[in-house]
Amino acid sequence: MTALPTRRQEDWRYSDLEALREVWPQDIATTRALSVAAGESARLDDTLTGSDWHNETVTIDLGAGATLDGIIVQARDSLAVTTQHYRISLGAGARCTLHVLATGSRFGRIAIDVEMGEASDFNLGGVMIGGGAQTLEIVTHVVHAQPRATSRQVVRSVAGDTATTSYLGKVGVARSAQKTDSAQSAKALLLTRTATANLKPELEIFADDVKCAHGASVGALDANALFYLQSRGLDPAAARALLTRSFLAAAFADLDDEAAERLTDAAIAALGTNQ
Amino acid sequence: MLEIRDLHATVDGKAILNGLTLSIGDGEVHAIMGPNGAGKSTLSYVLAGRAGYEVTSGSVTLAGQDLLALDAHERAAAGLFLGLQYPVEIPGVSNLMFLRTALNAQRRMRGEAEASGAEFMKLIKAEAEAFGLSMDMLKRPVNVGFSGGEKKRNEMVQMAVLAPKMAVLDETDSGLDIDALRVVADGINRLRAPDRSTLLITHYQRLLDYVVPDRIHVLVAGRIVRSGGPELALELERDGYVDIAA
Ligand SMILES: Nc1ncnc2c1ncn2[C@@H]1O[C@H](COP(=O)(O)OP(=O)(O)OP(=O)(O)O)[C@@H](O)[C@H]1O
Ligand SMILES: [Mg+2]
Repeated sequence: MTALPTRRQEDWRYSDLEALREVWPQDIATTRALSVAAGESARLDDTLTGSDWHNETVTIDLGAGATLDGIIVQARDSLAVTTQHYRISLGAGARCTLHVLATGSRFGRIAIDVEMGEASDFNLGGVMIGGGAQTLEIVTHVVHAQPRATSRQVVRSVAGDTATTSYLGKVGVARSAQKTDSAQSAKALLLTRTATANLKPELEIFADDVKCAHGASVGALDANALFYLQSRGLDPAAARALLTRSFLAAAFADLDDEAAERLTDAAIAALGTNQ
Repeated sequence: MLEIRDLHATVDGKAILNGLTLSIGDGEVHAIMGPNGAGKSTLSYVLAGRAGYEVTSGSVTLAGQDLLALDAHERAAAGLFLGLQYPVEIPGVSNLMFLRTALNAQRRMRGEAEASGAEFMKLIKAEAEAFGLSMDMLKRPVNVGFSGGEKKRNEMVQMAVLAPKMAVLDETDSGLDIDALRVVADGINRLRAPDRSTLLITHYQRLLDYVVPDRIHVLVAGRIVRSGGPELALELERDGYVDIAA
């Protein structure tokens, strides 16, 4: 990208463009390419720390039947500005599963575009933990252009203080993409009245024989469950932390136990320091 | 063990408990019966310290300690257990992790050593078996996908592992099949001890056939209107609450 995005662009409408403008002139966009040959499998581990302006585009190409399991973690300093853009193309029968955890950055954006091949499978489990004045966003655009592909996105965000977390998830299903099966579940937890959560799952369907589900909800921790945990001896902070774990669980449900625990622990730890 | 004196409490500004007095001695089992909406669950929440249940006057002591001065989690550590009428589901948190966290939180508050993984597993395996829940179920998220009866058994497993001084069981018998009722009753009887007391909230004589209480109380409109021995349950079963309430 060369020109500074504007709020008129739908997928930048909740972004912290002020933060972006400050770093924009020193645009040091980097690009990276990853391709996995047909039938092969690969792993991706993108963990970002530090505080420099980070603007990276990663193109990922999966051949027929290839698989990729990726973990993307934005755990940067609170003043960092981070924009990561993943452009993924899935060959026939390929599978890509990404787990995302965004906790750090003043403005942190993870954009993921996916071009689905025939009978391919895309899974995203995303978590954002925003505190202070952070703006965090996960913006996805999944295009089903071929038949029988499945995509599933589960995003959970927690926002406190005056933070803003946004999930903009657009799924397009072309006329030719019959038997598409697509699901989006987005939930946000607001810890304060001053925090903001935007959840915009969106469907554009031109095929008629498809299964597309989406749901979004914003709320607070359940008072009934909080009482239940406290009645068993957990103090209010421990009860809230355990319920937050419970809230995040669906996003990491299809990870192996160890990785799920590691990411959840990191999310809960960020909750302690971000707020 | 538990002394409740002239307790008045409101929920959302509405008076629900209106001068409730009840005394449960060490090692005793008492039962509370009463019509729907009488305030039985409210009493249990007030005892457990649920937010939004406001005590306007009266006192409650547990083994001599002022219960009302404590937060909910401190009451648990002080030895109070509440078996809920409607146990809560907690997705993504296993029963094992939940219960171990709870047990060790209580032990820390009491200045006791925490249970090691091995000690905890031994404890819970024994109780899971006693109450007819498989370890596989206990590895699953708290109460998620459990049937009504399984949730109640799970409450009993939690009670047995946490080993409270005073257990308040709110309709633990509702929704149980006959075998499960037997299992739960056997569990309550097994845990009876000179230093542990139980308050059963129930609608049915059936449970009291298996767990014979020392005293039965009738709660109507936020007060105990009558108390008696085990025979009172039979009378209520026959005549209902109409005469008593009048
Ligand atoms: N949040 C609330 N706001 C207002 N009234 C409430 C609230 N919660 C409970 N109540 C009322 O308090 C009264 C007592 O309710 P409670 O649940 O204690 O009854 P109960 O004796 O346990 O009944 P049941 O046998 O049906 O379980 C009822 O009239 C109920 O509607
Ligand atoms: Mg009740």
